[in-house]
This record gives sequence, C-alpha cells and structure tokens, in this order.
Amino acid sequence: MDTQNISLLEGREKQVYEKKNGQKGADIACDTTSLSGSVSQRACVFCGSRVVLYPVADAIHIVHGPIGCAAYTWDIRGAVSSGPELHRLSFSTDLGEMDVIYGGEKKLYRSLIELIDQYQPNAAFVYSTCIIGLIGDDIDAVCRKVEKEKGIPVMPVHSEGFKGTKKDGYKAACTALMQLIGTGSTEEISKYSINILGEFNLAGEAWIIREYYEKMGIQVVATMTGDGRIDAIRRSHGASLNVVQCSGSMTFLAKEMEEKYGIPFIRVSYFGFEDMSKSLYDVAQYFGDKPEIMEKAKVIVHDEIRHYYPDMQKFKKALTGKKAAIYVGGAFKTFSLIKALRTIGMSVVLAGSQTGNKDDYNRLKEMCEEGTVIVDDSNPVELSKFILEKEADLLIGGVKERPIAFKLGVGFCDHNHERKIPLAGFVGMYNFAKEVYESVMSPVWQFAPRKGGQQ
Amino acid sequence: MIKEATAKTATQNACRLCNPLGACLAFRGIEKCVPFLHGSQGCATYIRRYIISHYKEPIDIASSNFNEETAVFGGSHNLKIGLKNVTTQYKPEVIGIATTCLSETIGEDVPMILREYKAAYGSEGPLPQMIFASTPSYQGSHIDGFHAAVRAAVKTVAEGGAEKHLVNIFPGMISPADIRYLKEILADFGLPFVLLPDYSQTLDGGPWGEYHRIPPGGTPMSAIACTGSAAASIEFGSTLESPKSAAGYLEERFGVPRLDMAMPVGIRESDHFFELLEKLTEKPTPEKYRDERRRLVDAYADGHKYVFGKKAIVYGEEDLVISIASFLNEIGIVPVLCASGGKSGLMRKRLLELVPDMEEKGIKVRDGVDFVDIENETDTLQPDLLIGNSKGFTMSKKSSLPLVRIGFPIHDRFGGQRLLHLGYRGTQELFDRIVNTIIEQRQNASPIGYTYM
Repeated sequence: MDTQNISLLEGREKQVYEKKNGQKGADIACDTTSLSGSVSQRACVFCGSRVVLYPVADAIHIVHGPIGCAAYTWDIRGAVSSGPELHRLSFSTDLGEMDVIYGGEKKLYRSLIELIDQYQPNAAFVYSTCIIGLIGDDIDAVCRKVEKEKGIPVMPVHSEGFKGTKKDGYKAACTALMQLIGTGSTEEISKYSINILGEFNLAGEAWIIREYYEKMGIQVVATMTGDGRIDAIRRSHGASLNVVQCSGSMTFLAKEMEEKYGIPFIRVSYFGFEDMSKSLYDVAQYFGDKPEIMEKAKVIVHDEIRHYYPDMQKFKKALTGKKAAIYVGGAFKTFSLIKALRTIGMSVVLAGSQTGNKDDYNRLKEMCEEGTVIVDDSNPVELSKFILEKEADLLIGGVKERPIAFKLGVGFCDHNHERKIPLAGFVGMYNFAKEVYESVMSPVWQFAPRKGGQQ
Repeated sequence: MIKEATAKTATQNACRLCNPLGACLAFRGIEKCVPFLHGSQGCATYIRRYIISHYKEPIDIASSNFNEETAVFGGSHNLKIGLKNVTTQYKPEVIGIATTCLSETIGEDVPMILREYKAAYGSEGPLPQMIFASTPSYQGSHIDGFHAAVRAAVKTVAEGGAEKHLVNIFPGMISPADIRYLKEILADFGLPFVLLPDYSQTLDGGPWGEYHRIPPGGTPMSAIACTGSAAASIEFGSTLESPKSAAGYLEERFGVPRLDMAMPVGIRESDHFFELLEKLTEKPTPEKYRDERRRLVDAYADGHKYVFGKKAIVYGEEDLVISIASFLNEIGIVPVLCASGGKSGLMRKRLLELVPDMEEKGIKVRDGVDFVDIENETDTLQPDLLIGNSKGFTMSKKSSLPLVRIGFPIHDRFGGQRLLHLGYRGTQELFDRIVNTIIEQRQNASPIGYTYM
C-alpha cells in the first residue's frame, strides 16, 4: 500500500508517537496552535465556545459577525432539551461591508433588543467572531447596556476565532458561565448534591446520567450545559461537588468554582461499563458519610451490567481481534474508549485527540499496547496513513473523519456531537458496542479494494 | 442612527452560506487542486464539515491558521508557510486560495504575497499553479464565492489563440449527477468541451485502495487554459452578470462569445439548452434525448391533475430558485414565494423574463431573506409544499408542510450528491418526486387507506 511515502509534515514529528519496545519516549508536543497549511481536524476559538454553551436551551445565542459562523453552527449538535429550544435557532448580526467599516455595535444592540423582545429568553450569549477582534466593537458595553434595559443576563463570549485554539474557546465559555454562577438562590439544595459538568445531553445522555445519580439519592443542581437552564446555572454554586466529564472543556470552570466557592471536583467519564461504574462509585465515596448512597450505586451497577451482559458477550465474540483507531476531540474520552473497546475484545492501534494535554498523552502511552500510534492534532493524510498501515477495522471519530473511514473501507462509529444515539451510561455502552458491531461486521466491506474488491 | 427598512435586524436561521464555502467547492472541481483558506482554522473546518455532510466524501481544505500575531502583523508569513506545507504534503498541481472575512478586513494583498512566494521558491523546482479568489464573508453569499473561484481559475491560465472546435460550459453550482449528465449530453452531441468546475468525481467518487491526498477527477488546468480559444461559452445562471463570471471574462479578454441562460430545468428551458447545442454543432438532438423529452411530456400528462393549482414555496440560491419556479409554472404549480438569502437585485427581473405573467399568478419574489422571514410568509400564503434544501426542514416540520429536497445542502437525506435537476432527465426526476410527494400526502391524509392513487 502507498503509505510509506506519506511523510509527516515538518514540525509535526513531535506530535506523533509510536509505542515501541515499551518505551515512553519524549513528551508529545501539544497545546500548540495548528500548523499553517496543515488540514487540521480542529476548529477555532469560536467553535470551542459555541459547543460548550450551545445546549443552554432557554437563552438566545447570537453570533456577532458575518453570516458564516452562525450558518455553520445552526442546529448542528444533537444536544436535546426537555423544554425550551431556543438553542436550536441561529441568530447572527450578519455583518456586511459597511458594518465592518463603521462598526457593528448598533446592529448588535438592535439585534439583541429585538430578539429578546421576540423570544423572551432567560439570558443571552453574544459570541464575538474574528472580525470583531479587528474592528474593535465593544461588545462588553453593549451587553451591559442591554442587560440593564432588559433585566436579563447578557454575557459576552470573547471567542474571536484566531485568538488561540478551541481550548481558549472553552475557557471563554466558562468565563461567561462564571458570570452567571453565584447569582441564584441556593435554597433547598441538599448536602448530597452535585453539578454535572461537561455533559452536553447529546441524544439525551445527561438524562441517563442524571437518573443514575438521582436513584442514588443525590440531588443534581445543574448540568452544564446539557439540557441547560439559566436558573440552574445561577444556583449551581450551592452544590457540594462538581463531577466533570469532558475534562478539556470544563476543568477550567471546575477549578474556578473550587477557588471561588470551595466546591471540590472529580473527573469522570460515562463511556464504557468500567468508567461509568467508577463515576457512580467515586461520587458515592465522596458522600461516604451516607453509606446507603454507595449501596444504591452498587445495585445500579449490578443490575445494569447484568442486563446488558449477554448481549455484550455476543458482540465480543464477533469482534475479538478486530482493531480500532480513535481520533476524537478530547483525550479523556480516548481513555474510556480504549477500555470500552477492550470489553468487546478489540484492540486500539491508533489513539489521538484534537486537544489533549501532556498528562493526557503520558497516560495514553501507559495505557496503550505495543505498536499503538498516538497523535495530537492530526490531519486526514496522517490518519489515513496509520489506519492503512495498522490495518484498522474501525475508526471512531466525528463527521470530518467519517468519509476517510468509508473511502478506505473501514467501519466507523460517530462519537462526536452529531450522534443521535446515546453512547453514555450503561445503555450507552450497549449502543456503542452495537454500533461498532454493525459497522465492523457489515458485509459491504467485502467490496472494498483493501479487502480485495475491484477498483 | 441609520433607520432600518425592515423590523428585523438580526438574521435568524440564515438561508445562505458564506462566500468562501462556494470557492472551496469550485476549487474541488479542478484536477489535483487543494482549496486553501487564508484565515482562521475554524473557517476551513466548518466548511469541510458542512460539505462532507452533503457529499459524504473527504474534502481537505487547508488553512493559513491565523493567530493573534498574524491578525496584527499580517498573514504573509503564515500564508507562505502554509503554501509550502500544502505543497509538501499534498503535492498538488494547483492551490486554490480564497480569503475570509479576517484576511480581507486586515487588507491582505494576496496577489503580492503570491508573487513574493514564487520569487522566493520558484527556483527550487516547479511550483503548483496558484489561483486566487477574493471571497470576503461579509459580502454576498456562497454562490458569489463559487463564481469568483471559477472566474479566477480561468483568469489565471486561459490563453487566446486560433479558435478551437470546443465549447466551454460553466454550469454553476449543480450536483455531481447534473455534471455527469451534462457531460453525457455534450459527448453524445460529439462536441468537445471544457466543463468547469467538474467535481462529479472528486465529490462523488469510488472507494480507495490507498489514500489519495487529492481525489482523482476534476477539470485539468491544461483544459482550462484552452477556454480562451473556445468557439463559445455556455453559462448557466440567471442572476450571474458578465463582470463576475468566467464566460464574461473570456468574452471580454479573448472575444469568446458568452451564451448565458437560466439553469435548464423544465421542458422549455431544456429545449432552449438543446437548441443551443444543435446550433453550435449543427447536429440534431440525439434520439436518446428526444426520447427523454417525449417521456417527460407523457409524464406531465399523466401527472398533471395531481399538481395543478398547488402552491409551493421555493427557496435557495437565486439561480436555482428562478429555474425551479419556471419549471413549476409550466406544470401548473404556483410558486407563491420565490425566496433567497442571496441578494443580486436581479431575481425578480430574471424571473419575469421566464414567467411574464408572474404578477397575475400571484408569484412573489423576496431576496435577502432568512428562514424566519420565509416561515412568516407560510401563514398567509398557505402553500401545499416546500421545495429547497434541507435547512427548510425546521420550517417544514413546524408548518406540517412536505419538503421536496433539492440543491445544497441535503444534510438530512441520503444521496443529495446524486440528485438530478437539469435537462429532461433531471426534470423527470423532479416531476416524479413532486407528484409522489403530493400523492403520499393525500394517501396518508385519507382514512380509507387507498392502495392505488
């Protein structure tokens, strides 16, 4: 196969590592901006902010800039709401040439006033895009003015696309959330209470997780931001513990809340039986003074796993020995996926993420088997090279990775924000295994060139 | 303070995309070409994601990846590094560079940067051809970027010379299936042609046994070079004006006659297209297409009662909307609202040319609108169906109106890239789908459960 001559871009060597002879090697370079001219799978600062805040369903989200940024993010996440659905609308100040020349503050002001009158939201988020960083609109001032006039929180989100990476966008989103937190009443919040952070309720996943915790007798004050509500966020500083998933996006917020409100946090993952169970046990352990919480957690884990075990054995039998490649947004998810894949007999030949940090990659190196390739901020050429070289049967990624897999005749599991089937929780592990099984075992691959099909 | 003409300031659920998207799509239709956006990483990634969801094909778009320094001190350095990296990794023959709002706002002089780049690296061996299109996102929409890229490609390499037995065809933003059909027609006429852009294979191709940095297919640059000596250019697009179009450039620069027409949808406009080909080739339309036309006329007769007097809202790019409206008019469906997020200012005028009695028929034209504007119209217009891209689904669901999906993007159905719209064959497919949509609606609405309709 023609992969030997695909070279890594100069300047990317340090972001790729192959585990050989058990050696750990040098640290993977990460936390850097993408190389110019490389087709990064990452997006920008705006994207980071937009994905984090998007699921807040009773707020309006207005994108201040030309039309593109709003158009491409209209209703693209499968983050569902149990009530209002303002987040699924796309609002843009749609700046034109004259606005760029004369400034867009007035247009932003009028847009906000009109939209708030029309939709009666509980808050508004204003995202600044690249141009705003150049033309110097004072969106903070506009937000303050509208907030005063309309009596609802209006948060500026400083997400100019070029001012950093997606991670900086996460931070800008967390900063906006911090403006809300602490402004609501903490009455009727129990000692045994948590916030769920970094769970975006894709395909209703936050509901699944919430139900487990509630069954354990724990009060969930706010989920940030899945099925998010402004009022819940405002009073979230009343919770006893922050439970953080998708650590890349929300660790910053958890740290801020710890500093300001003294709320400790733990990192969890809801993917795979192993990590899902641990998320329940870790929370139960935190509330160790009430042993029945742990007892209930054990019952949940026992019941759930017993329920799905027979099906999982069926999947495992079929999938044992198959090889997977993982390329997702955050590295923390990669850890869970490696474990989840092991549960169904699959090994991992490529593991990578868009935004992992040094610690993440060191942990990945420890977890991975011999021969596994680890990459940071990869690109289609590289991904394809490794998928072919390592003869992967499956790629786990997002919509941008999907056509690479299918072109090369490799199964695919969408583990990104467009998924419509929940992959979190125990039921999520079952869905994940089923999806992997259905894609890897499909008879259509017999026609793929790499399986000997005609070209 | 400037007084607003409309009550609505913000755009809500936009009915258009931004300029650079169209350019990337067009560049994808040039052989061995990598689209390259001079701007933030997000632009390239969002546009890739958007295009992939429709075509289900890999599309690599490189980015110069602006950071704060670049934004302050200019993107020249980044662009050059980017071009070098793309050249190393993709080994392209062409790099299609388009700007974004960011690089346009800081006033980047891309042609100058490209000249510097060529001067610096030209001696190290052959450099890829570079096509540059200016596509600020704060102007126009994706369709403007599309045409800008096509025009830029022609401008970069077209050469004059003795007239060749060759026509150019610039079909605008159509589906890969449409492109294949046009190529089939031209081949059957025995007419040598250059069709630009041709993404029929790059965005709807076969499986790969090995990784292709750039998918096979596309119009070769050597062919684009010949466009300057063609006998004529056929260009689809009612609202596309000569100074913005590829055919317009060739006419002005090399005297290649520009034959512009609406996208050929419906019998009348398809006839127009085939007559043009008959005239250019001095050959009759091949029997195969006369057969297609006969079957279409027959289908119109078979289906006319289902569709007569039905009201439709059509939305999307202006040129597509105009052509669909003209087709609907010839089958007895009233396009009560022809809407577009685009704003060429020519939509009403051009539609009037195709449907002279549009006022009497109650056909309304609105440009520069978003989906909330269109949705507001549905209450008063009471249409029977919606015709347009996937983004109308929100409105379709809310108003319980059936949606016939056409154009781009089709994100919520399978096979959008294989939808045919043009010529007799495309019209046949559209007609069948529209009739079936109405029949299905009637069948589902009836408690009787008819098994024949």
